[in-house]
Amino acid sequence: MTDTAQGNLQSMFARAREQGRCALLPYLTAGIPDADASVEIFAAMAQAGADGFEVGIPYADPLMDGPVIMAAGEAALDHGITVDIALDVIARVVDRTGKPVLAMTYVNPVLRHGIDAFFEKASDAGASGVIIADLPVNEAEPFLAAAAAVGIGLVLFAAPTTDDARLDAVIASEPVFVYAVAEVGVTGERTSASDNIAGLAARIRSRSDVPIVFGVGISTPEQVALAAPHGDGVIVGTAVVRRVLDAVSGAEAADEVGRFVRELSIAARGHRT
Amino acid sequence: MRLEQPDGRGRFGAYGGAFAPETLMPALAELESAFVDAWADPAFHRDLERLLTTYVGRPTPVYHAERLSEELGLHLYLKREDLAHTGAHKINNTIAQVLLTTRMGKPRVIAETGAGQHGVATATACALFGLDCVVYMGEKDIERQALNVYRMRLLGAEVIPVTSGAGTLKDAVSAALRDWVASVGDTHYVIGSVVGPHPFPWMVREFQKVIGEELRNQLDGSPGSPTPDIIVAPVGGGSNAMGIFYPYAGDEGVRLVGVEAAGFGIRTGKHGASLGEGSPGVLHGAMTYLLQDRHGQVLEAHSISAGLDYPGVGPEHAYFKDEGLVEYASVTDDDAVVAFHRLSRTEGIIPALESAHGLAWIVEHAAELSGATVVLNLSGRGDKDVQQVAAMYD
Ligand SMILES: Cc1ncc(COP(=O)(O)O)c(C=O)c1O
Repeated sequence: MTDTAQGNLQSMFARAREQGRCALLPYLTAGIPDADASVEIFAAMAQAGADGFEVGIPYADPLMDGPVIMAAGEAALDHGITVDIALDVIARVVDRTGKPVLAMTYVNPVLRHGIDAFFEKASDAGASGVIIADLPVNEAEPFLAAAAAVGIGLVLFAAPTTDDARLDAVIASEPVFVYAVAEVGVTGERTSASDNIAGLAARIRSRSDVPIVFGVGISTPEQVALAAPHGDGVIVGTAVVRRVLDAVSGAEAADEVGRFVRELSIAARGHRT
Repeated sequence: MRLEQPDGRGRFGAYGGAFAPETLMPALAELESAFVDAWADPAFHRDLERLLTTYVGRPTPVYHAERLSEELGLHLYLKREDLAHTGAHKINNTIAQVLLTTRMGKPRVIAETGAGQHGVATATACALFGLDCVVYMGEKDIERQALNVYRMRLLGAEVIPVTSGAGTLKDAVSAALRDWVASVGDTHYVIGSVVGPHPFPWMVREFQKVIGEELRNQLDGSPGSPTPDIIVAPVGGGSNAMGIFYPYAGDEGVRLVGVEAAGFGIRTGKHGASLGEGSPGVLHGAMTYLLQDRHGQVLEAHSISAGLDYPGVGPEHAYFKDEGLVEYASVTDDDAVVAFHRLSRTEGIIPALESAHGLAWIVEHAAELSGATVVLNLSGRGDKDVQQVAAMYD
């Protein structure tokens, strides 16, 4: 299994479980500040202890994203970062770091490519899986089939608002992991810790051993440490993106984000229960 | 064939559905069952009827525009949604949705608005029921529909400017959806047209079809009230058009024409003709026709009329287009402004710029329609547009 991209992701989760920690998956929009610099920033994050990545394919109308990731998407689009260029960034990150990479996007660009064609391209780029923020389980069937056909994973979501019937449907679809939404809201930094994490993790765990990855509203080492005992992975997005947007150069961004990811990575070692 | 309701997945044929963040999905299911329950409840209909009659002023009249009819050589009738309380058809939907909100026990309402008519109608219904109301409105629209911004604030609503994208209706809908992702526990999103994820397109159609149902009674073929040969309505998101078309869709002998915004002209690429020029995709939670580039990025629309300045359209219109139940055409900014003046001068009725698009199509096709009974859905009044049009002549 380990010689495939999806296997690479599964080994990452297995390793983290063995080591009693939670995998750290930073998010960054592809192509900010530019394509080459974003590859360097991913490399710096790998050096600093990231276990894998979520790479955002910029989209003009991201309903699940707050102002920071929206601004990053707009900036990337202004620089001409298309889906194909973003997938090329993913290929370079996979090459460069050897870490599993999830491609994150929205439904419409996938449809425009053709669902099968998109998943084929994502697979060719070396992505381990695809995250589609506005794809609920009820519409997921053709996407699951396309992912299975090329042997990569599709991620499905569980939110604090998700009821038991929907959670059952998510689990039954056998996603590569469950993206457990830690906060009711769009992506963005929160000052307080989520109080949804333990409960949501328990509800998923009582049904399945599927890997659980927390995301949305996790932006500090403290929040990572609180989430770590309950899941297999944690995604930190806005806090990374903001540092990149605020940096004056790609090199400064790589330094700054590298330092930040090192702190997060230490926090992710918090012992699992 | 016209569908009573979308299928189990919320689809009208290939269109519709619910493509939304998981966080919202349970609220959409809750809304669907609350709507189904209310719509089957005579008490809900009684409450709604009473408000539509005594508060909104329904039924709205059908007016035979004789002077303009004579000039155009046809029989022009206006369905006077401009005479509904707050000045547009939007109130039909907001009163019903806010009534439903109180049934669901949610204390807070959010809405998007383009022309500001839906924002005003939502703020009005919230004032009536004592609910908190937040309206998202694009920066550009705040500028061109300043009167309605002031009206919303008078009614106690908070108007939040949206600066992302082009600062128009699409961005306002997105901002409202983002708010709803965070506030879904205590908040209902009163969407302003037959757009958005299931069950909104179906529910808003049900709340707007009162327009066409009234028209059937008003123009019933009795002496002095000929049945329509053709019904024309402007299409932004498509709610006023759906409201007047739906009861007639599939009827032999009635031609239905939806008029989109051609903006600066279709060939300039600066328009809002999603059905005419767009292609299927997903926008704001529904599969529908939309303006997009070859990478699947949604494009910015353009129209002089804020209510038609939208790169998508309700999914049931996409279905009607494919089924051939409705024809969709478009009219430029310039022609709409000419029609705006013409109705004002000839009939003493200042139409909304949105509605003026419908009239402009009729004027353009008058020769072909000679002698026909033509109904225009006069979706709203033009007070909100007076400043904008006046500025064009300064
Ligand atoms: C008077 C009027 N007509 C038409 C529209 C377009 O919306 P819809 O197509 O949903 O009727 C608007 C929207 O703001 C409006 O205010």
